[in-house]
Amino acid sequence: MAGAKEIRTKIASVKGTQKITKAMEMVAASKMRRAQERMRAARPYAEKMREVIGHLRLANPDYRHPFMIDRAVSSVGFVVFSTDRGLCGGLNINLFKATLAEIRQWQAKGVDVHLCVIGSKALQFFRRLKLNIVASATHLGDKPQSASLIGPVTAMLDLYKEGKIDRLYMVNNHFMNTMSQKPIVSQLVPAEATPSPDLQPLWEYIYEPSAAELLDGFLTRYVESQVYQGAVENVASEMAARMVAMKSATDNAGKLIEELQLIYNKARQAAITKEISEIVGGAAAV
Amino acid sequence: MAHTINVDIVSAEGQIFSGEAAMVFVPATQGEIGIAPRHAPLLTSLKPGEVRVQLASGEEQLFYVGGGALEIQPNRVVVLADTAARARDLDEAKAAEAKARAEAALSDRSDTIDVAEAQLELARAVAQLRAIERLRKIKS
Repeated sequence: MAGAKEIRTKIASVKGTQKITKAMEMVAASKMRRAQERMRAARPYAEKMREVIGHLRLANPDYRHPFMIDRAVSSVGFVVFSTDRGLCGGLNINLFKATLAEIRQWQAKGVDVHLCVIGSKALQFFRRLKLNIVASATHLGDKPQSASLIGPVTAMLDLYKEGKIDRLYMVNNHFMNTMSQKPIVSQLVPAEATPSPDLQPLWEYIYEPSAAELLDGFLTRYVESQVYQGAVENVASEMAARMVAMKSATDNAGKLIEELQLIYNKARQAAITKEISEIVGGAAAV
Repeated sequence: MAHTINVDIVSAEGQIFSGEAAMVFVPATQGEIGIAPRHAPLLTSLKPGEVRVQLASGEEQLFYVGGGALEIQPNRVVVLADTAARARDLDEAKAAEAKARAEAALSDRSDTIDVAEAQLELARAVAQLRAIERLRKIKS
């Protein structure tokens, strides 16, 4: 019966693990709902902001904000969003692969790369690669606040203003639906122009009070909204990915238990058969 | 098409309004402006106040904004509000309380209080109260 006992302990331990993964799945599911609501709520603002700034790039104000001037690229910056905790499937590693591909492309052209990493997973990963990490922020929680994001991003923007970075990108997971999240790289500054069919061929804004006063406020709002959107979208992706990962872990544990149960039953039956044949053999000998 | 203008009011908390309007009034920092269809492109910032949207049917909808930014293109208006709410969702008691708090903060001019912030809060509360009052007038 030694084999059977071992199997029984193993089944109990797998059941324990299954309970944990099941609980994590449910926690992730409920967090995902809230994260998704936050993301949905913030999306229209971020999209409209991007559009307005895109239009602004097509206009020709008398004042040019540094965030609106394209420069020759000799150095680029990336703001990379990741999660703080693991157990969320391939979410982070897919994002890092996409980022790394982008970084290698720039490096092949002889361009310097500076990084701003959000989330401890990205910090661990990029630190190992010995890349130049300028700023980092970790443990922002499930409800990222603009206030805590703006610090590290401002560090990047300052480098941009000083001319040490000529272009700043943002990498985050885009929440497509619960089952799929896709890493996307988007350009933060200089803001990209978005031509739209609504626009008339020759036009210029009236600026009230003046372009200089307005644009500073507009572009600060623009960066804040884009970064915040990136963060909430990444959190929603994290929760969805974790939920799916934990669900498949729970299912796998279930399958494992079934198999183990079968082996256990066979071992137990074999032991009984053996005992009976021993008794029968003993009785015959008498 | 030519007689209406597409209006989007969005805030960081979500989309507040999206649709066609005959006329829109917004509280710009340099005074209230009325926007009719085919307005010249304009970019400005907003102060706390109410945005009135006149629909093609003649019905008027009231929104409260706590400051923000505004873009106008000939056939569309985008209001990027810092905090926006439908006027009928506003809570009068809360607005009055906020007003009292801001006034108390202003009268107590110790160094610990940011006067500019208190003034902004006061302006917001007053604008909210005004939006509620106006809404009540429309109803009665």
